[in-house]
Amino acid sequence: MPIPDLPKTDPRVKLIAAKIKKENRKADALIEILHTAQNAYGYLPMNVLKYISSELHLPPSRVYSTVSFYHFFSLKSKGEHTCLVCTGTACYVKGAQLILNEIEKQFKLKAGQVTPDNKLGVQVARCIGACGLAPAVVLDEEVHAKVSAEDIVHKINAKIVAP
Amino acid sequence: MNRQDLQTIIYAEKAKDQNNKYKHKLCVCCGAGCISSGSEEVLKKLQEEVKTRGLEGEVEVISTGCMGPCNQGPLIKFLPEYAIYQKVDCSNIAKIVQSQLIDKKPIEDLLLFSDSRTKPFINAKEDPFFKRQHKIALRNCGHINPERIEDYLVHDGYKALDKVLFQLSPEEVIAEIKQSRMRGRGGAGYPTGLKWESVYKYVSDQKYVICNGDEGDPGAFMDRSILEGNPHRVLEGMAIAAYAIGASKGYAYIRGEYPLAIKRFEIAIKQAKKLGVLGTHILGTEFSFDVEVRIGAGAFVCGEETALIASIEGKRGTPKPRPPFPAESGLWGKPTLINNVETFAGITPIINNGGEWYSEIGTPKSAGTKVFALAGKINYSGLIEVPMGTSLREIVYDIGGGIQGGGEFKAAQTGGPSGGCIPAEHLDVKMDYDSLISLGSIMGSGGLIVMDQSSDMVDVARYFMEFCMDESCGKCVPCRVGTKMMHDLLQKICDNKGTSIDVARLEELAVYVKETSLCGLGASAPNPLLSTLRHFRHEYDSRIDLE
Repeated sequence: MPIPDLPKTDPRVKLIAAKIKKENRKADALIEILHTAQNAYGYLPMNVLKYISSELHLPPSRVYSTVSFYHFFSLKSKGEHTCLVCTGTACYVKGAQLILNEIEKQFKLKAGQVTPDNKLGVQVARCIGACGLAPAVVLDEEVHAKVSAEDIVHKINAKIVAP
Repeated sequence: MNRQDLQTIIYAEKAKDQNNKYKHKLCVCCGAGCISSGSEEVLKKLQEEVKTRGLEGEVEVISTGCMGPCNQGPLIKFLPEYAIYQKVDCSNIAKIVQSQLIDKKPIEDLLLFSDSRTKPFINAKEDPFFKRQHKIALRNCGHINPERIEDYLVHDGYKALDKVLFQLSPEEVIAEIKQSRMRGRGGAGYPTGLKWESVYKYVSDQKYVICNGDEGDPGAFMDRSILEGNPHRVLEGMAIAAYAIGASKGYAYIRGEYPLAIKRFEIAIKQAKKLGVLGTHILGTEFSFDVEVRIGAGAFVCGEETALIASIEGKRGTPKPRPPFPAESGLWGKPTLINNVETFAGITPIINNGGEWYSEIGTPKSAGTKVFALAGKINYSGLIEVPMGTSLREIVYDIGGGIQGGGEFKAAQTGGPSGGCIPAEHLDVKMDYDSLISLGSIMGSGGLIVMDQSSDMVDVARYFMEFCMDESCGKCVPCRVGTKMMHDLLQKICDNKGTSIDVARLEELAVYVKETSLCGLGASAPNPLLSTLRHFRHEYDSRIDLE
C-alpha cells in the first residue's frame, strides 16, 4: 500500500531505498537505515518510519520502539541551526551548566526544544569526547572548544541572524 | 594478494622510508580535539608555506592522529628534532618554519608548554609529560598518517598477523595472550586470554569478533583517539583474535558521536581488504575474516556486552541476563568475543614481543600499560599512557602539570558513572585494577577527571546519578526505579532540604540497586554515591538537617 506524503521521487526517499536495498532488507540493519534516514531529513518523520517498517517487514511498533530508545534519533525537527552543549563530566566540572543556562535564558527555550520560528534548536550531549577542550559546544557540526557563555551566545546570534 | 606480494610491498615501502629524501617530517595533529582548535587550517597553511619556499623535496608534511596534549592544540611536531609547537596560529606558521627549519633556532615562546614551564623542552621527548609515559597501545599515534596503510606497514604493521598465520596455531596465540596477563581494558578487567580461550572452546559453524568502541563514559576519549590515530592496529588485533577463536566475521561498534573515528576505520577496512590482510583467504591462507562497522546511536547501556549485541542485531539495546555469556551464545546466538578498542590495540605488540615481555610491565596483577584521558581542572589535559601501577600523584602532578590556576587537588574521578572519586589523602594510590577497587572506585575505561576545591561532591554524585537515571534502559526495576529514587534524594540534599534519614535511605538503596540490577549499569550506578559518601561524608553532613 502506498504511503501518503512520501513521494518516491524525493531524493531523500531514494537515498533510504538504496540503503535498504544495499542491506538486503534485513531487519538487523534497521539502525543503520535509521542513521541514513536521519542524515537525509535531519530527524525521523513518522511517514518515513512507516515506509521503513513496511520495506523491512517489521511491525511499526518495533521501529518506533527502537527509534525512541536511542538518544541519537529524533522524532522532531531539530531546527535550522543546532546548538549542542556537551554536559560530560569534564565540561560539567568546567561550568557547562552555566553556559546552558545562559543559552536557555537568551533564546527563551529549554534543552531539547526548538525556537517557534524553527531557527534554533538546543540540545545537550552526554559527552562528545572533546574532554581535553572543555567546555565544548557543537554549533552546526562545528566543535567550539573552551567556550564562554557570552562567546557562544554571540556565535549563535551571528548564525540565526545571517541569511 | 598472497604473503609474498605483501612482503614485496613492505620491503619497497621500507626501502622508500630508509632512502627517504625528506630531511624533515612535519606532523600536524589532526585528532578530533586539535581539529576543533583549527588544525586542518594549520595543515593547509603549512603545506602552502613549504611549497612557496620550494621545500617540498626535503620536507614532508603529514596529518597524524592524537599526539596527547589536547589542551595545547593545534600542534605541529618537527621530526627528527622532536620539537613540538603548541597553539599554532596560521599567522605564526611562516615564522615557525623560518626559525625551526631554516635558521635552526627553535622559538622557545611557541614551544609545547612554553606558557607554563619556566623553560620549555626543545626536544619534547625530554618533557616530563612524555618522558614519564610508556606508549604501547598509543605507539605510532601521532607519528603516522592514519589514513595510509603504507605508513602502518613501515612500522611493522600486519607483521603480527603474518606471524600468527604462518607460525602459530590458534592454541599458541591464546597461550601467548594468557602469558601476557593482559586484562580487558573496557573496565571490568577480565583476563583477555581466558576470554579468548572460552570462545575458542565452543564448537560452532560461525563465531563473531566484536570490537566495543561505544565509549559512552563522559570524560573518556581513549578509544576515539586510538581509532582516529591508528585504526589498522585495532583491525589487526581483531584479525588475530578471529584467527585464534575461529571467527570469520567481525563488527566494530563505534559511537555515532565519533564521525572521524568511523571514517578512518572505514578507510582502514577498505585499504586492508585491498592489500589482502582482510577479507577472504588472507595472505593466501585458508583464513578469512571480514569486518563491518556498526554505528552506535547514543545509548550508554550499549557499552554492556549483551546490550551491544542487541544493538548490532538492530534492536533496542537492552541487556540480557548472563549466563549464557556471549562466549557461548552471543550475536545471533553464536559464540562471540567482545573486547574493547584498547584491548585490541594491545594485541599486536604482545604477539611481536611475546607475552612474557608484556607481563613484566606494570604490576603483578595488572600487567601492561593503561591509556588515560586526563581532563578537568588540570594544566595539561589530554591523552596519556603509563605503566599500570603508576601513582595518581605522578599522573596529576608530573605528567598533568598540577592543578589549573594553582588550585588545590580535591578529588580525581575514575571510571565515569560506574566509578568513584579518589580523595587527596589517597593521591599515592597505584593506578591498577585492584587498588582502585579497594578505594571504592574502578579503573573503568580510563577517563580521569581532576577536580579542585570548587567542585561540590554531593553535586558530583547527583550529576552521575542523573546520568545513570537517564541512561537506564528501563528493563529491570532496581535500576529503573532505584536510580530515580537515589537521584531525587540527592537533589533534595543539594537543595539543602535533606535530612539524615535521606542519607540513610540512600545508603540502603545503593546496596539494593547494586546487588539486584540485571547488568553492570545498575550494579555500578551507586558507585559515585558510595565513594563520595565514604570519602566526603562531611559534605553531606554539612547540608542535611538544616531546617
